[in-house]
Amino acid sequence: MPSDDPNHILEFPGGYTRSVGPVIGRFLSELRDGRLVGVRTRDGRVLVPPTEYDPDTGEDVTDEFVPVGPVGTVTTWSWVARPRKNHPLDRPFAWALVRMDGADTALLHALDLGVFDEGAGPPKFLRTGMRVRPRWRVERSGAIGDIECFQPEVTMITAPTRLEYRLRSGRALDRFLEGVSQGKIIGHRCDVCGQVIVPMKGLCPKDGVPTTQEVELPDTGTVTTFAVNNLPDPRAPEVPFVSAYILLDGAGLTMLALVAGIPADQVRMGMRVKAKWRPREEWGKTMANIRWFEPLDEPDVPFDAIKDYL
Amino acid sequence: MRDIAVVAFVQTHHTGEDTGLSETELLAPVITEIKQRTGITRFGFTCSGSNDYLAGAPFSFVAALDAVGAWPPISESHVEMDAAWALYEAWVKLQHGEIDTALVYGFGKASQGDWAEIATVGYDPYYLTPLGVDADSMAALQARAHLERSGAKEDDLRAVVARSRAAGRDNPFALHLPDPEDGDHTVAPLRAHDVAPVTDGAAAVVLAAGDRARELCERPAWITGIDHRAEPHLPGVRDLSRSESARLAGERAGAAGVQVAELHTRYSHEELILREALGLGEEVTVNPSGGPLSADPIMATGLIRIGEAAARIHDGTAGRALGHAASGPCLQQNLVCVLSGATNG
Repeated sequence: MPSDDPNHILEFPGGYTRSVGPVIGRFLSELRDGRLVGVRTRDGRVLVPPTEYDPDTGEDVTDEFVPVGPVGTVTTWSWVARPRKNHPLDRPFAWALVRMDGADTALLHALDLGVFDEGAGPPKFLRTGMRVRPRWRVERSGAIGDIECFQPEVTMITAPTRLEYRLRSGRALDRFLEGVSQGKIIGHRCDVCGQVIVPMKGLCPKDGVPTTQEVELPDTGTVTTFAVNNLPDPRAPEVPFVSAYILLDGAGLTMLALVAGIPADQVRMGMRVKAKWRPREEWGKTMANIRWFEPLDEPDVPFDAIKDYL
Repeated sequence: MRDIAVVAFVQTHHTGEDTGLSETELLAPVITEIKQRTGITRFGFTCSGSNDYLAGAPFSFVAALDAVGAWPPISESHVEMDAAWALYEAWVKLQHGEIDTALVYGFGKASQGDWAEIATVGYDPYYLTPLGVDADSMAALQARAHLERSGAKEDDLRAVVARSRAAGRDNPFALHLPDPEDGDHTVAPLRAHDVAPVTDGAAAVVLAAGDRARELCERPAWITGIDHRAEPHLPGVRDLSRSESARLAGERAGAAGVQVAELHTRYSHEELILREALGLGEEVTVNPSGGPLSADPIMATGLIRIGEAAARIHDGTAGRALGHAASGPCLQQNLVCVLSGATNG
């Protein structure tokens, strides 16, 4: 249809009135009371939603109504990534045929699986066989829409988790962060092995001796190994992002940092990088002063030179 | 039973957009041409198929009669269905034996509205229409059910579309659509190319009985079997993964052994379901015209299937051909018409 506004509308003002008869009327009345019922056929099957006749034989159904559910099973489904204006939900959802427990036929309804962006594909957990329950409207009028939609059974909860602390970084790390707050990367050289430890801990983890000799290192280094992350993180909201071990030039230990400024699939072991600092006015006593490391236009370091720093 | 044949078939050059012609204006040249082709100006019976909701106006078929010329009064009828069912009514009327010729036509301008949503008002008014469920969403339920039962994949659907569109590009009356590419799902598992394109068009067929048919056509396409079967309307009471009504109609119409089948597949997966239901093997050429996936003038689409199948008999490229039409959500109702170059099948 052309996208411009319609110039012709077919509408029954106030809606079209229909009598529902005793069978559908009973179903809709029960629905208004928040109950799902089916009607039994002469051969004992239970039809949900009920019809006046057995769809297989055309015979009248019996006058026995039986409660069904409250749970049902999805027998087939389709996924609406872009809801139409007449659809019952305004965010992506599934249409599903749901066979209620105790019923022999299936009911068509919308199935809400949570919040998705317009155009999103179906979630992996949406499957034929899924167990679902109706979500009832509070205000019900005796219509199929008294069920707002179906929703999956509860399979998971989210437990709130929060503890509060007052941490201090310790003297060595405090001194390191003081350096970072001035745009400097400081390490300690071990008197025994001679390696530079950055960030320093005030002791050499290899030799177990205290360290005090400060050395300032450049903000350039080499990626020794890395991981591509597909779950967003507050520090890296855009996925995929790369976290890497970086061996600063002159350092004897790697440090963990983000790598950016290059597509994730082009990051390499041995790649040369340089720190990307935030603007000076944003600096504080935090590693966040370094936003991430970016590639340097230098040849990669051979594997042999970094193999001991993985 | 009288021997009755399709003796002429005419259709518009279908378009994918509104060209500014009213339904009557679309239809008029088709009626004029079929009158010229057969040399008949007054038919024993006239029957049409159209849909008022599609046109957005009540009794829209009455206006279309202007294209036929209905004075002095003619014997006329109409079905609020695809014109393939108008052809069925005309065939029954011919079987009564009082007339020897019948004009059947159908027309539709899908460009004026949104068919998927218009179809909603034709569904069960208690359980389906209030939900706002549209035709594409219903079809996708069936597609999923079939894919999961049969093991067919979305690639198999794309292959149906690719073959149909390639055939459609060789058909001067169809829309000429490019090879399908992986776009977004319209309603998963169906993509935009799995759904028949919006189409405006019309078509007409002339049926004739016995010797009248032989006079009118060098090689009449004899209707050796025609049957239609319906399933319950609600999708939740039937097995959507297959089409029992198509199987039954095919069996009763004598579908076995046809060389060509024109199937009313508004959605790609329907071809997989119908091939299975009608027992059409790889040796059967399906939708050589491109089928509805290349041109879908709603309410004429099913009649065109019978017309295209008859055309294969008329031109001698097939000895036995099948035309199929469908109606209702998820292939609820199926009509099978088997045509042959010989009256004895």
